[in-house]
This record gives sequence, C-alpha cells and structure tokens, in this order.
Amino acid sequence: MQVRRDEVAQLRSSEDIVHVRQKVRAWAIEIGFGLVDQTKIVTAASELARNTVTYGGGGTLQLRWLVQDAGRQGLRLDFTDEGPGIADLKRALTDGFTTGSGLGLGLSGSRRLMNDFEIDSAPGKGTRVSVARWKP
Amino acid sequence: MDMIPILRVGDALLVSIQVDMHDRLAVQLQDDLTARIVSSGARGVLIDISALEIVDSFIGRMLANIAAMSSVLDAHTVVVGMRPAVAITLVELGLELNGVSTALNVDRGLELLNRQLQAHESLHDPADASS
Repeated sequence: MQVRRDEVAQLRSSEDIVHVRQKVRAWAIEIGFGLVDQTKIVTAASELARNTVTYGGGGTLQLRWLVQDAGRQGLRLDFTDEGPGIADLKRALTDGFTTGSGLGLGLSGSRRLMNDFEIDSAPGKGTRVSVARWKP
Repeated sequence: MDMIPILRVGDALLVSIQVDMHDRLAVQLQDDLTARIVSSGARGVLIDISALEIVDSFIGRMLANIAAMSSVLDAHTVVVGMRPAVAITLVELGLELNGVSTALNVDRGLELLNRQLQAHESLHDPADASS
C-alpha cells in the first residue's frame, strides 16, 4: 500500500468543518470517485469533523490518498482529538445514542457511508476515528 | 456577515440555500425563519435545497426543526429540490426527516403548499369549501 499524497487540516470551529467538507470533496473528485461516492464521503467527513469540534474540543483531520498494491485507489480520513474520549464505545456506535444535543447518527451513520471504519478511544485519552472508502 | 435571504411570495416564505452553511448559519436561518413566520403571518414555507451538495445530520435536524416550529405557528413547510445523491446518502446515514414534507421542485412545492392551505381552510370553514 502506498500513500500517494497526504495533508493535515485543523478542526477548531464550525467554519473549519465547512473547509474540511470542501477539501475532502476536492480530493474525492481528484481521486476519481463518482458523484454518489463523493457525497457519501463528504457527508461522513462532515459528521466526524463536527464530532471532533463539538465533543473532542477540536483536533485534526489527516487525509491520505491510498493506492493498494493491486492498484485500487482510496481515500482515508483520520480524525484525531485530545478530548475527553468515549467511555462506552459500543453505545456510542448505536443509532440515536448521544451525550450531546445531536441526533446520535454521526458515528453509526458515517460507518455505513464508508467501507472501512475504525475507532480508538478511552476516557482521558482522546479519540481517533479512521475511515476509508475505496473506488469500485 | 453571512445571512440567508428570506423572500415573501404571496402567503408563503421562500428560502433558497445557495451556500455551504456552517452550523451557526443554519441555526440563524432557523431563528430568522421562525421570527418571519410570526411577523408576516405566512401560511407556508418553501425551502429550496437544490444547491446543497450534502445534507448531514445537523442540516437535517435544522430542516426538521423548521418544519416542527412552523407547524406550531400554523404554517406548512415543504423542502424542495433535493439532489439524488443527497437523497441516497441521507437514507444510508439513517436520517428520516420526520414531519418534513418534500417535493421534487419549486413548482410542485408551491402546488403542495396551496393544496395543504385549501384543505386547511375547508377544515376550518366547511361552508366555504362547498361554494
């Protein structure tokens, strides 16, 4: 697996969420994803970026353009924050569960919109969510 | 300072969202629209989202909130112009937009509003409906 390009974006404010949406869209277009895939990736990115800002107290997004050995291309997005972390990951991944004022669809919904989904979090240790979508 | 314009068309308010909204702007639109329904006495709200490239759970919640608030204020809300890719993504995301009426485009949205308004009036004044 090769990394063709990578970049880090800051996530501090609600304007940053908009910037991240636009950046992720531009990357998805460049990698050659179709319109529906672009929309799914950008929507998942928007949900996860908002989680980073709202619950993680801000953090970063690392974008990676990946090329598998067989030539398949994909986009990986890693959202990292140093926030309070998630105590009960299993519940956090359930539709409708929220500790805030949202709808509780951010994590569970973006998991459905992407091909790969990994989450790493513990109380006091921050949260890292890594998602990827591969070109068909 | 960003602001989404709200236009008055007959008995309805028309909003066309043309920018990628940040969250505060979405909340502001919700507040502005609620205030305008009260100050104008509008009976219908038409929200055109044909320029929106995504609808995530935050914007989805704003649309559901606007529909719920306008309903409490005796106005109907119709969301029009959702792009196909947005509709596919919304369903997969798990967002149901409960209580939000939708129509394919502005023309059909206005038709729907007019029908709802007529049904509403005949319900309140049965004599009028038979004339």
